[in-house]
Amino acid sequence: MEGGNNFLLGIYEDEDVLLSAVKKVRAAGVKIHEVFSPYPVHGLDEALGYKRTRLPIAAFMFGFLGTTLALTMQGYMLAIDWPMIIGGKNYASVTFVPVTFELTVLLAALGMVGTFLIVSNMRPWAKPRIFDLRSTDDKHVMAVDLDLNKISSEEISKILNESGASEVNPKQFDH
Amino acid sequence: MTDEKFHFSASIKKKLAITGIVGVVLLVIGLIALVMGGGHEEASHGVEAVGHAADEAGHGGDHHHGGGSWMTRVYANLWINNVYFTGIAIIGVFFVAVQYVAQAGWSAPIKRIPLAFGNWLPIAGILMLVIWLVASHDLFHWTHEDLYVEGGPHYDEIIAGKQAYLNTPFYLARMVIYFAVWFLFFRWIRKEMLAEDLDGNTKHWKKLVGISAGFIVFFAVSSSMSAWDWILSIDTHWFSTMIGWYVFASWFVTGLATITLIIVYLKEAGYLSMVNSNHLHDLGKFVFAFSIFWTYIWLSQYLLIYYANIPEESVYFMERLTSSQYAPVFYVILIMNFFFPFLSLMTRDAKRHVMFLKIVCPVVIVGHWLDFYLMVTPGTVKEAGGFGFLEIGMALVFASIFLYVVLSNLAKVPLVAKNHPMLEESMHHHI
Repeated sequence: MEGGNNFLLGIYEDEDVLLSAVKKVRAAGVKIHEVFSPYPVHGLDEALGYKRTRLPIAAFMFGFLGTTLALTMQGYMLAIDWPMIIGGKNYASVTFVPVTFELTVLLAALGMVGTFLIVSNMRPWAKPRIFDLRSTDDKHVMAVDLDLNKISSEEISKILNESGASEVNPKQFDH
Repeated sequence: MTDEKFHFSASIKKKLAITGIVGVVLLVIGLIALVMGGGHEEASHGVEAVGHAADEAGHGGDHHHGGGSWMTRVYANLWINNVYFTGIAIIGVFFVAVQYVAQAGWSAPIKRIPLAFGNWLPIAGILMLVIWLVASHDLFHWTHEDLYVEGGPHYDEIIAGKQAYLNTPFYLARMVIYFAVWFLFFRWIRKEMLAEDLDGNTKHWKKLVGISAGFIVFFAVSSSMSAWDWILSIDTHWFSTMIGWYVFASWFVTGLATITLIIVYLKEAGYLSMVNSNHLHDLGKFVFAFSIFWTYIWLSQYLLIYYANIPEESVYFMERLTSSQYAPVFYVILIMNFFFPFLSLMTRDAKRHVMFLKIVCPVVIVGHWLDFYLMVTPGTVKEAGGFGFLEIGMALVFASIFLYVVLSNLAKVPLVAKNHPMLEESMHHHI
């Protein structure tokens, strides 16, 4: 994520233009730092060449943790620590299923949200860089890190313009 | 769009014929073994020990079963298979209807396959009627007249109380209505879908949304009611408010697995060029999700009965769990229908790859056949039940005839809709 402090931002109005622009810009040899969009754009991950998310693996781990926790907790509470015989039934039985299910789902969901927030630099103490506030409104923003690209700023600006950007702005960060 | 048509080739026919013949041979071997084995006629008395205590309060034993128990076993098998394949057939129509009502785009090129399942409905309906007329006294305890004679030796207050619903004329009328309406809806949906191929008018698509909505409303009621009639009424004293959903869930996931499997094989044979791994992914998700749905319904039925522990209710599970022949099936079903598909179809890659689907779908299909086996057999054949060549043979015979009917009808119409308004969307389907 960390790169230089000098960026060039291509602003796009339309997601179809953006998608084809991403492909054109990458084909021209420009490395794209990140694309910010107000809503999820289908196919953008592939166009940017991102590897598939490993979030499902995290979800499975957290879910499995929930299953284990639920079974251990119920087993310990109801069968080992203070055996509870209800209606003459076994301690450990099919009655564990609802709690196990709920804890599995709860931990998988919360764990996935937490992982996602940390991975996407949105944890509470994070100070994310704001490239262009309009990316939360109605504009798609393509950020190109000038320090990582060997191509000159003018050349990149031209490529962005030709790919359909409605405007191309430089952006600098102090830190 | 090309005029892609499924060619029901001689080699497929040969394979189906061989399957059918193997089925018949196994069936005959199984029958001979049963008849020669004999001596099981009075085995139905053994069932009292299994936990029929509540059942026996009203009447003194099940000595209505006059015929040999092997006959009952044959009838029970016919019933299991017919209910099971009826389910797959009607789920085919239901699946198509759901796609239209949801106005789904992704499924546009595959709808002809589930649609072809509907061609089994008239055969299933006639079979159901014939089997019922021949075997109702052996399969359905409530059909015996003397249960309703007040003061008579076999008078059963509980069953007599259900007479308003469970009586032969009304039962047969319901059976005819389910099949007639299902079949009419199927023909109507089919007619509109084929008409669209010819003139390409989107009015057909709009009309199909409406017809499908109507069908789903009827199916919502009739799927539950047919489950009471065909499955629940076997164990006449027992009741479960979940059984309608339970049978539907079992039918639905079987139908989805069958649709997926046929599409996978058609794809491998070079058909359905528009179908890619994104479509398979969606089908895989369906099988995955509804395997979980079935388990949810299964647990909802089992857990409450287990907790409440009322003899009238728990007798159903006692029959299955305390019997050495049914208890293994009980656990095998849970593994085949839940743990296996749940764990093996969980990842994205598994749903997108043909290999996984080709393994998981048959397991689910067989698993749900066993599910129906376990719903019907303990209540009809009781202790004399078993699982052998007879069961396997009968299932193979049904499967091969079912597939023959479905595939031969699939070959009659274009395999892919030509003027479906959502074909373009489906081609770009991406998940």
